[in-house]
Amino acid sequence: MIFDFLIEPFQYAFMAKALMVCVLIGIVCPLFGAHVINREMGFMSDALAHPVLPGMVAAYAIGINPFFGAIPMGVIVALLIGYIVRKSNISNDTSIGILFSGLFALGIASISMLEPQNSSLNIESILLGQITSISIYDLYIATGLTISTLVIMLFFHKHLLFTGFDFEGAKVAGLPSHKLDYLLLVLLSIVIVVSLQIVGVILVVGMLITPAAAASLLVNHFSKIIFLGILFGIISAISGLYVSYYFNLPSGPSIALISTSIFGLSFFKKLQTS
Amino acid sequence: MNLKPSTDTTTCCSSSLEHDCSHSSEYAIEVSNLCVEFENFLALDEVSFKIPKGVLTGVVGPNGGGKSTLFNALVGLQPIAHGTIFINGNPPEKLLGNVSYVPQKEKVNWRFPLSVNDVVSLGKLKHKPFYKIFNIAKDKEIEDALRKVGMWHNRTELMVNLSGGQRQRAFIARALAQKANILLLDEAFSGVDIASQKEVLEVLKELRDEGKTILIATHDLNTLSNRFDEVLCLNRHICAHGNPETVFTKEVLIELYGSHEVMLSNHKIGQHGDS
Repeated sequence: MIFDFLIEPFQYAFMAKALMVCVLIGIVCPLFGAHVINREMGFMSDALAHPVLPGMVAAYAIGINPFFGAIPMGVIVALLIGYIVRKSNISNDTSIGILFSGLFALGIASISMLEPQNSSLNIESILLGQITSISIYDLYIATGLTISTLVIMLFFHKHLLFTGFDFEGAKVAGLPSHKLDYLLLVLLSIVIVVSLQIVGVILVVGMLITPAAAASLLVNHFSKIIFLGILFGIISAISGLYVSYYFNLPSGPSIALISTSIFGLSFFKKLQTS
Repeated sequence: MNLKPSTDTTTCCSSSLEHDCSHSSEYAIEVSNLCVEFENFLALDEVSFKIPKGVLTGVVGPNGGGKSTLFNALVGLQPIAHGTIFINGNPPEKLLGNVSYVPQKEKVNWRFPLSVNDVVSLGKLKHKPFYKIFNIAKDKEIEDALRKVGMWHNRTELMVNLSGGQRQRAFIARALAQKANILLLDEAFSGVDIASQKEVLEVLKELRDEGKTILIATHDLNTLSNRFDEVLCLNRHICAHGNPETVFTKEVLIELYGSHEVMLSNHKIGQHGDS
């Protein structure tokens, strides 16, 4: 009975592909999320997700895989946010908010204009995630990108710990602190783009920060937060997939509801122990 | 900005690479006519001093007196308007890694849940090739550094849970892991009780005896000031430099902590002590 319940969704090929992407983002999002929450970059990562929209729309419009529009756009936005923050007197969150709203608006406007001619372009599935749309190529690209970001992160994890903890100390120790921060932004934008198809533009930040934040309530060391966060991330993504299937909900909100529930439980546990 | 070495001892470095530059100058730090400007504010004016190797120097002055600015300039983080800086006979840009900087506690992101061992092992990052960074946390040199500062038994504790003095000792251990021969500690004693200050100072004196050059910035003129080998009194310019027992005259103290209007009347943007 339970077994049937667990197996049934995967008689559909798209669900099997979605499951694999869920495992990938369940691993990679909390890994980056641990850095994001400790650097107080939650808003920044949200801002990286929304401006990717015009890139995806442009890719749809010319008939190529949305990854090829979203990845360059994500990287450009990541670099631009870093640049504006460094070069202007405007505060971080203001510069981020301006880019965020402006480019998101551009994306929405172009979807509205293109939607009547392009049936594959659906505003709701882009915003909230759409598992049925995942092709085998999407799965290959997502796997390739996830493995690449994981490998790069493996080598630069400690460097990023140093710059995140003590930016100037790291610079004096001879590390290229600014370049490392840009690297984190670029990797983060790739992770976000990989996650977009499952969780959607609006809720990607939830997948990124909520499992890591829940973990940070229960364990207190950076590497433990990463491992527990990954566990929470995988649980959220997979159970969200079932919720999405059985309740016929978009996958993004289903996953976000599960991860937020895990956060709620962790918070309750934290209150009990302290 | 003139960064060319100007003395005989330093020119040998630029012309002949087989010389070990770190021993080419008898001074660890040589600063001459240093000026730093922030938009409409002259933070440092005509600052000149020399610090020999293996000396523990207290940089004493009020808040806003330019201590952090001086440290930032020494490590190449702060662009300078005028003057020259040589660290072991080289401009600061060339010596990244040779100097270790312990920033003010406000500059550190304590939210990062790192253990003492993690932080100390970060000091080794620059020295390890890529494929060896995975187990730097277990390096013997890290154990030595931690034992030296008396933090071996606290190595698994999170930085954020440590007392002010323990944090400073952890940062000193990081500097040792980094193999830096010059240590700059910015406001190392702020928020640290007197007993712990003495412990930190004991560790620093031991390192000084091994040949490290150490600068500690402090705005707090307390009994510890007499325990430095030298004091550099800084209030946007050098008020005095020398033995702490003779340097703190009434005039110097007034210049450091008294009224500045008269004293700084000659200090203006673009005029670096020329008038």
